[in-house]
Amino acid sequence: MERPRRVTCCCSAPAKGANVEARPGPGPAENEGTSHWGDRHWVEGSLGTPCGEVPRVSTALRAADRLGAWRVRWGISRMRYTVAPGLYAVGRPTADSPVLVSANYKLSFDQLRSQLAGLDAWILVLDTRGINVWCAAGKGTFGTDEIVRRIEAVGLAEVVSHRVLVVPQLGGPGVAAHEVKRRSGFRVQYGPVRAQDLPAFLAAGMKATPDMRRVRFRLRDRAAVVPVELVWSARYALLIAAGFLLLAGLGPDGYSWTRLAGVGLRSAAMILGAWAGSTVLTPVLLPWLPGRALSAKGAWLGLVFLLGILASAWLHPAVWDTWFSLAAWCLLVPTVASFMAMNFTGATTYTSLSGVRREMRVAVPLQAAAAVVGVALWLIGRFV
Amino acid sequence: MMAELRYLPDVVTLRLDDAKCTGCGMCLSVCPHAVFELENGRARIADRDACMECGACARNCPAEALSVRSGVGCATSVIIGALRRSQRDCDCSGSSPCCG
Repeated sequence: MERPRRVTCCCSAPAKGANVEARPGPGPAENEGTSHWGDRHWVEGSLGTPCGEVPRVSTALRAADRLGAWRVRWGISRMRYTVAPGLYAVGRPTADSPVLVSANYKLSFDQLRSQLAGLDAWILVLDTRGINVWCAAGKGTFGTDEIVRRIEAVGLAEVVSHRVLVVPQLGGPGVAAHEVKRRSGFRVQYGPVRAQDLPAFLAAGMKATPDMRRVRFRLRDRAAVVPVELVWSARYALLIAAGFLLLAGLGPDGYSWTRLAGVGLRSAAMILGAWAGSTVLTPVLLPWLPGRALSAKGAWLGLVFLLGILASAWLHPAVWDTWFSLAAWCLLVPTVASFMAMNFTGATTYTSLSGVRREMRVAVPLQAAAAVVGVALWLIGRFV
Repeated sequence: MMAELRYLPDVVTLRLDDAKCTGCGMCLSVCPHAVFELENGRARIADRDACMECGACARNCPAEALSVRSGVGCATSVIIGALRRSQRDCDCSGSSPCCG
């Protein structure tokens, strides 16, 4: 392959060992922009700059974008949903137009471009290995080094005459604004938390209102993370449910397939019900569940499930083969619910690591004890 | 409007060294939970318990007046870290939902 001709005005000497190839222009390499599902239908054309052609991207989301978003929300090929790092154009940007920094997770990129209708701007996409801005900032891949490297790689200083970068506020954990300034000459102006506030932020002369600076965790935000929570934890829940199913065949008279089909299926259903119920309802009901620790919120939810179990035991005593089984589920259902809720801390926008450790010091021993006693009671129930 | 979600009180490791603070206000810009206020030209921790230890303020403080033991508040990664007996690391590259 012929090596791309270097343009003298820019792309000069990326840092040694930096993960950037010499490119003919500031735009992304052509073969990179295609995620495995598809074309770059969101590229409308290209725009000439002093450093070469830059792709012009559409601000409208198409059905393919929405389908892609839906798929990654369900955890399908989430790590390969990327766009190529580099410089993109929205509208007809000039040397005076703002530069908006983003991550190369396509969901992040789509959310940004879809808010920019009618605006002229540059988008500088960093290589965050397909991770969203906030998480990549936590890991440092959305960070000072990558910004400085990408500014050089695309020759940004030649494309724009100003020296301001609009970095999403949630990139803050990875970016030291004063170091970016020192190393690249570009001043980092932190933009709003949500891309939807960008037009108002830009119109106000790059001023964010206090509300734009606050991260929220609204019902729709919480509901959006439910599918991926379900998908990642399903394998463990199914494994445990299968364990109960198979062990249910045990009894004083040997192994019984009838018991497996009866007690076994009911036990598996209890586990899966507690798991799915907590995984879906904890996020949805989060502000209204009592307690601050998520393990406590989940335990409360489990107690509500328990009321249903006790009601069924009262109405249909025959369903419960022994009192041991009933006692076992009184322990196991809240425990499963509590454990799943505790693991939701990773998807929230407000839990600190110190707080998570604090609640785990109390909750994990309790959960473990309840699980051991619960399983023991349930096993005893097979033999009496 | 429902009540704001609050996590455990008196746990966070955020510290502000008043003597070093220059009052530039950068921490107010980057904090996603409005933990800081400016008072008489200096930053002040107004709502410590709202802090989620993301570390943005400390990273962006040119005077190095802020410190926080930052990390991702994610029980799953704490468990994985304990199981691997290694440093806690949020495994976003796998199937774990943290950082979803």
